[in-house]
Amino acid sequence: MFKVNIVVCVKQTPETAEVELSLDESGRGIKTEGLVFEMNEWDEYALEEALLLKERLGGEVTAVTMGPEGADAVLRRCLAKGADKAIWLKDEAFKGSDAYATAKILHAAVKGLEFDLVMAGAQASDDGHGAVGVILAELLDIPHASMVKKVETGEGSLKVNRELEGGLEEVVELAMPAVLTIQTGINEPRYVSIMGIRRARKMELTVMALADLGLSKEDVGEDGSWMRVERVYRPPVDKEPVMMTGSPDEIAGALVEMFRARGLV
Amino acid sequence: MAELLVLAEHRMGELREVTFEMLSKGRSIAEGNGLDLTAVLLGNGADGFADELSGYADRVLVMDHPDYADFNAEAYQQALSRIISERKPRVTLLGHTSFGVDLAPALAVELGIPLATDCIDINIEEGKVLVTRQIYGGKLNVEASLREADSHIVTVRPATFEAEEPRLEKGEIVKLKPPATVAVEHKRFVEYVEPTPGEVDIAEADVLVSIGRGIKDEKNLPLIQELAGALKGEVGCSRPIVDKNWLPKDRQVGSSGKTVKPKLYIAAGISGSFQHVMGMKGAELIVAINKDPKAPIFRIADYGVVDDIFKILPALTQKIQELKKPTG
Repeated sequence: MFKVNIVVCVKQTPETAEVELSLDESGRGIKTEGLVFEMNEWDEYALEEALLLKERLGGEVTAVTMGPEGADAVLRRCLAKGADKAIWLKDEAFKGSDAYATAKILHAAVKGLEFDLVMAGAQASDDGHGAVGVILAELLDIPHASMVKKVETGEGSLKVNRELEGGLEEVVELAMPAVLTIQTGINEPRYVSIMGIRRARKMELTVMALADLGLSKEDVGEDGSWMRVERVYRPPVDKEPVMMTGSPDEIAGALVEMFRARGLV
Repeated sequence: MAELLVLAEHRMGELREVTFEMLSKGRSIAEGNGLDLTAVLLGNGADGFADELSGYADRVLVMDHPDYADFNAEAYQQALSRIISERKPRVTLLGHTSFGVDLAPALAVELGIPLATDCIDINIEEGKVLVTRQIYGGKLNVEASLREADSHIVTVRPATFEAEEPRLEKGEIVKLKPPATVAVEHKRFVEYVEPTPGEVDIAEADVLVSIGRGIKDEKNLPLIQELAGALKGEVGCSRPIVDKNWLPKDRQVGSSGKTVKPKLYIAAGISGSFQHVMGMKGAELIVAINKDPKAPIFRIADYGVVDDIFKILPALTQKIQELKKPTG
């Protein structure tokens, strides 16, 4: 019987919509106090796709995250939704890692696991490199497909749809094992059940630090990165919109007046 | 002479716009740093493309092979890693597109050279490659430097730089021999799947009323449908609404959906990710309604309302209906 063992790479990211972000003292990052952290949206879809495949074909799902204190919450979420194992890559030295350093850390943890597929979100909502999954594939020396919108698996073979521009998709055949980076909308991520949360609470997390991964300080963090953040700043505004103020009724009235003046209504 | 390389992107018999945007940006970086601007073209029977590109670059490197007809990251990586390791360009530019995202990260690892993705600006200062990127969905910008190396790879956000007109003087076309065995061992292009057309083509609408995450629940959709009806327009949306299956894919405005240029575009509860903005920034008049005053959508809007869409949308619908009622 054909089974798939899947490793899912997930990340904890802050919810930043409708939130005022402030810069930290270094000017190279943001203040994280008071921000609500959750699982990166793309990773929710990657996890769901892994769970759907596991339910259809059998096999195990292992969730992996690299993150500081508190990042275990995303692993608990993965376990509660149905992942079998969880690995937390946690070390002070990982701070400041770019896409490359992050992929190296994930690679060190993943390479010893038995897997047929590695899945990751196509990008993260914070840094948005959109590169970690594909770098990981190259480090593992296995094929990859990015921005995947559909997965079909057979015995040792794999067919996926990649999202291109303008609503177009391409169908690609891949050899397994492979890395897939998953695009949002590929499935409908399930909710976490109370029973799942209870079960997840009792499960063990494997915690691995720099030395456990066989890496040195030069491999990770800023030293091990391709890119160094010099400064973070608010984007300049090229065009100030006319801001409408007043009660909803007044605002609506003014807008409709403007539409009428332009012959739009 | 040291070079700046631009990888030409083409699909279904056309060079893609991002190619010309990169060549234009590449031209200004090359001139400022004494570099040659070289385009790289992998294709099948691509003489026409090569000629077109020679109007923009000092040199066009062409590799022709049947397996380069459609994009294949594996085959492209094999060819490009060879070209880059031989020529050691200071910088190679690729689009941050479905094409570049699949290719650039693996290429950089194979070559062991630094990569920066989704960049909205690129400069070389005192030998250092500096890039500007956006983080947190466009709420903040980052200025970053790449590790010093002989060669670097940068992926460029589409629709960020303006494509210039071709120059009178044409660059040379240099034909390169493809590898003896083109790598299509682990990854094979099968076919394209075209989007299914919907009941209406929102790209044809004069008035588009679009919603995003701010609509919160599927059951709130009538709010926007009523306003679109009153304005005799159509309903559009941003990606999350399609991801949740609340509206069909043919209603999606943005880089992975439709590009629209209506007379009026109302963005309600849409934060304004660059993917969405790419699809609607050509609208004649943009009105943005969002609770978050820092939402990136306000950077491209003509009129902005910082308020609750659940209050503003019904008020707008009502005002338009009042206007239409015969008086007296």
